[in-house]
This record gives sequence, C-alpha cells and structure tokens, in this order.
Amino acid sequence: MSGKDKLAIFPSRGAQMLIKGRLAGAVKGHGLLKKKADALQVRFRMILSKIIETKTLMGEVMKEAAFSLAEAKFTTGDFNQVVLQNVTKAQIKIRSKKDNVAGVTLPIFESYQDGSDTYELAGLARGGQQLSKLKKNFQSAVKLLVELASLQTSFVTLDEVIKITNRRVNAIEHVIIPRLERTLAYIISELDELEREEFYRLKKIQDKKKIIKEKAEARKALMLQAGKDVRDIANLLDEGDEDLLF
Amino acid sequence: MKGCIFNIDAGYLEGLCRGFKCGILKQSDYLNLVQCETLEDLKLHLQGTDYGTFLANEPSPLSVSTIDDKLREKLVIEFQHLRNHSVEPMSTFLDFITYSYMIDNIILLITGTLHQRPISELIPKCHPLGSFEQMEAIHVAATPAELYNAVLVDTPLAPFFVDCISEQDLDEMNIEIIRNTLYKAYLEAFYEFCKLIGGTTADVMCEILAFEADRRAIIITINSFGTELSKDDRAKLYPRCGKLNPDGLAALARADDYEQVKAVAEYYAEYAALFEGAGNNVGDKTLEDKFFEHEVTLNVNAFLQQFHFGVFYSYLKLKEQECRNIVWISECVAQKHRAKIDNYIPIF
Repeated sequence: MSGKDKLAIFPSRGAQMLIKGRLAGAVKGHGLLKKKADALQVRFRMILSKIIETKTLMGEVMKEAAFSLAEAKFTTGDFNQVVLQNVTKAQIKIRSKKDNVAGVTLPIFESYQDGSDTYELAGLARGGQQLSKLKKNFQSAVKLLVELASLQTSFVTLDEVIKITNRRVNAIEHVIIPRLERTLAYIISELDELEREEFYRLKKIQDKKKIIKEKAEARKALMLQAGKDVRDIANLLDEGDEDLLF
Repeated sequence: MKGCIFNIDAGYLEGLCRGFKCGILKQSDYLNLVQCETLEDLKLHLQGTDYGTFLANEPSPLSVSTIDDKLREKLVIEFQHLRNHSVEPMSTFLDFITYSYMIDNIILLITGTLHQRPISELIPKCHPLGSFEQMEAIHVAATPAELYNAVLVDTPLAPFFVDCISEQDLDEMNIEIIRNTLYKAYLEAFYEFCKLIGGTTADVMCEILAFEADRRAIIITINSFGTELSKDDRAKLYPRCGKLNPDGLAALARADDYEQVKAVAEYYAEYAALFEGAGNNVGDKTLEDKFFEHEVTLNVNAFLQQFHFGVFYSYLKLKEQECRNIVWISECVAQKHRAKIDNYIPIF
C-alpha cells in the first residue's frame, strides 16, 4: 500500500485527465455492481426460502406417495413389473425456460403433461381406486421434484454469480479505486513540482537577462566615453531576437 | 364311506393342508406385529410363529421387499409340496389354481415382448407358482404372432386363448383387457370343473368362485368409470358364473356411476351388506376391503367341511391374504405411518 502501487504513467496534464475519467468510471461501476449484487442477493434469499418450503413439502408428499404405493400393493398385489413393461414413454416432460435477474439468466424447469395415460386400465379387476390415487400422488411428487430441481439450479447459478459480483465490487472498492486515487495524487504532486521548478527557472532567466543587459549597457557607456557612439549602430548579427538557452 | 374313498388319494394331503392352516397367524399374532417399532422387531415376532426362522439368513437392514419375497417363497414351497404328492383329479384341481398366476405371467411376458424387452430379464420376475415348461421357450418368439402360434397354443392356457383372443388381438388390444378376458375364461372353466367333480367340492368351490366372479364384475364396472372402456367391452369382461348372472350383469353393463352399481347390488342380500359398510371417507373401509373380508370369511368357511378340495384353494388364498397383511404391516412400520396400520384383514 505504498506509493509504489500506482499505474505506471507519465505525470502530465493529459494523463491526469485520463485518470480522472477512469476514476469517475470506476466509482460509477462500483455503484452499479453494488446494486446488481443487492438485487441478486434479494432473489437469492427468496429462492432459499422457497427451497426450504418446497423441501419440507416434498418430505410430506413423498411420504404420502410411498404410502399409497404400499396401499395399492396391499389391494392389487405385485403390479410393479406389469407397469414397468407397459411404459413406452415419459408422461410428464420438462421444458426449460430462461429467466433474467439483473442480467443473469436463470434456467427454469417447467413440467407438462405429454400424451395421455399409457396404462389407463391398470388395476381394472382390483385396486383401481388405489392405483389412481397412487398415480395422483406420484404425479404431484414428480411436479414438486421438478420445481425443486429448478430452484436448486437457480440457487447454484445465483450463488456463483453473486460470488463473482461481490468479488468485483470488492476489487473495485479496495484495489482499483485506491490505485487510481494514488495515481492521481502522484500526478498532481509531480505537476506541482514541475510548476515550482518552472517558476524558479523563469526567475533565474529574468535575473540572467538583467545581468546581461547591465553588462551591455556598461560596455556601451565605455564605448561612448571612448568617443564611439554605437547606440544607433545596428548589430550586424542582431536580429532583434534574444535567443537564450539555459 | 365317501370319506374313505376320498382319503385313499387325498386324505394325507388334506391333513397336511389343515396342519398348514393352523400355522396361519391369529389375531393375537397380529396384535403383536402391530406393536413393532422396527422391522427387526417384526422379524423377531414372526420367528415365534409358524414362519420360524425364514428370515434368519437375511442380512440387516431388512427391507420390506425381502420379507415379501421370503413369504412368497415359503408359500410356494408348501404349495408345490402338495402338488407333487397329489393324484388325479386333485392334481388337475391344483393345476387350475396355478392357472391364475400363469395368466399374470403370460400377460407380463406378452407386454415385455410387445415392447421389445429381453425375455430372459422377465422370467425371474414371474410368479413362481405360475411358471410352466414352455416359459423357457418363450424367448424364441420375437413377435406377438410367433408367441401366439409357437408358445401360447401349447400352454395349459391355450383353451382360454383360443376361445376369446385371436392372433391380431395380441397386437391391438389393451393388455389389461386381454388379461381380464383370460381371467373370465379361466374362472368359468374352473367353475365348470368344480361342478364336474361334484359333491362337497362343488358346494364349497362354486360358492367361492361365484363370489370371485361377482366381485370382478362389480369392481371392473366401478373402475371403468371415466376411462375409455366402452360399455360393450366392459360387459364382455364379466365372468358369467356368479350369482349376478344374468340379470345383475346386464344391469351392471348399463350402469353409469357408483350409485347405479350400488342399486344393482341392493337386489342381492350378500352384496348389499358389503356396499352398506363401505365408504370412501378416511377411516372407513373401502369396498375392496369389504370384498376381501368377505372372501376371507368364505375361505375360512371352506374348512368347516371335510373331504373336499376347496381347502387347498382356500388355504392358498388365506395365505396370500396373510402375506399381504404382513407386507402391509411391515410397510407401515418401515414408513413409520402407523395411522392406518390396523387396516389389515384379520383371518382368524
């Protein structure tokens, strides 16, 4: 955190303007990212509470479904295999959609019924009612599962994004902005330094000019005394321009 | 006199069967089972009954399906013992009992072939009581047509198939309809066979089979409401050997809702009583439970008479009900869902 940690830039007015622009940008970006992180956080909390709710519900629904399976087995006997052999395709399918939260796309799963029951007459001779109850219970369980999966995926994605965003916010707040500020301070101090030097130099030049002028005056006065009037004689080399390098 | 003739061939087996019957769990056993907290407790209690150490070699944790398998295995062994020692006409009678399992197995195999599942995977899943020699050969059939021509016509079920299902039907008909058509043919054939044997067997068995037929007719009617099954198709599935035949069945075929079915049952004192006590509310016994109870009563009554084959059928059915009861109780214990644990059907 010493003065070393600054951008390697030549301290000039132009550079100062540039850094000032960047600093303003960084501050603005920080504000925006902070807002985004907050929005994500709000959503995250919401999903978390929903997950907890769904999971509790899930436990109950699954329990009921498993129990209705036992009930159906009690009346119908073993029907697992026949049902398994009859299945040709999934009856409940999943469609995935995208939801946008503060620029983050979250996958959302949606279940839908595809086609009718492939084994509608199951348990015709015994246990039909139990079987239809069983179907209903497991259908609601599957729907809940899909919902839960959707929430979980959103949860994971959001978690990732929130982490990244927070890292960015912190990086801007604690690294980029201070560095820019230090660079700016450095440039300003350098520029001040330069200004002082310049002022001193100007003074020095004025002093020098004065001395030279006095010397010239003195020589002219000597020449005048010696009878030579050189005041109106123009210097052959003099172009009326004082070219003085320091 | 009749007893002597009966005892020459079947006396030993009847005695054996009555012995087995004493091993059926009593109400007090059920009360013990219901108290169990875990499946291990349940196993311990079962050890105290006639089941003995049938779960001894099972590693923990015990699962409900293992219990189910073991119970069934034990039942199958007992039944096959009876079958192996029997002579005509009892062996045919016992074979008839296995046909109902065979129907289930065939249906499973047909469904599997229709959906191109490997048969070798399906065979272990068939009910062991319904296995038959040709089952191993079933894998030669790749299409339903081959299955019909090569395998089914040779099975004991062939007469049922030939009468009611043609080759094309295998492809097109709903599998559940095929099953029920077969079952109808089977029940009617079994009924005729029992009549043929005559005597006490006919008295006892016809009563039970008639009830079975009527129960199927009623349940099929109730379950078909709201499905694509048309009234005509439905009427074809009713077994025509029960007390409902023919007027009751005709009325059932016209029924549109539960109330109408109930109205039909009103005419038959036996069934009216069953409908009276049934309800769909929580805590009420369902109609199917009522039917089960009645079936159990009929089967228990079969033991009141001597010198007839009905005891074997009744024993198997009672034992099956007992297996379902035990599985039910174990499920309730395993899932910690004790509210409905008392819904089993007590036998004695």
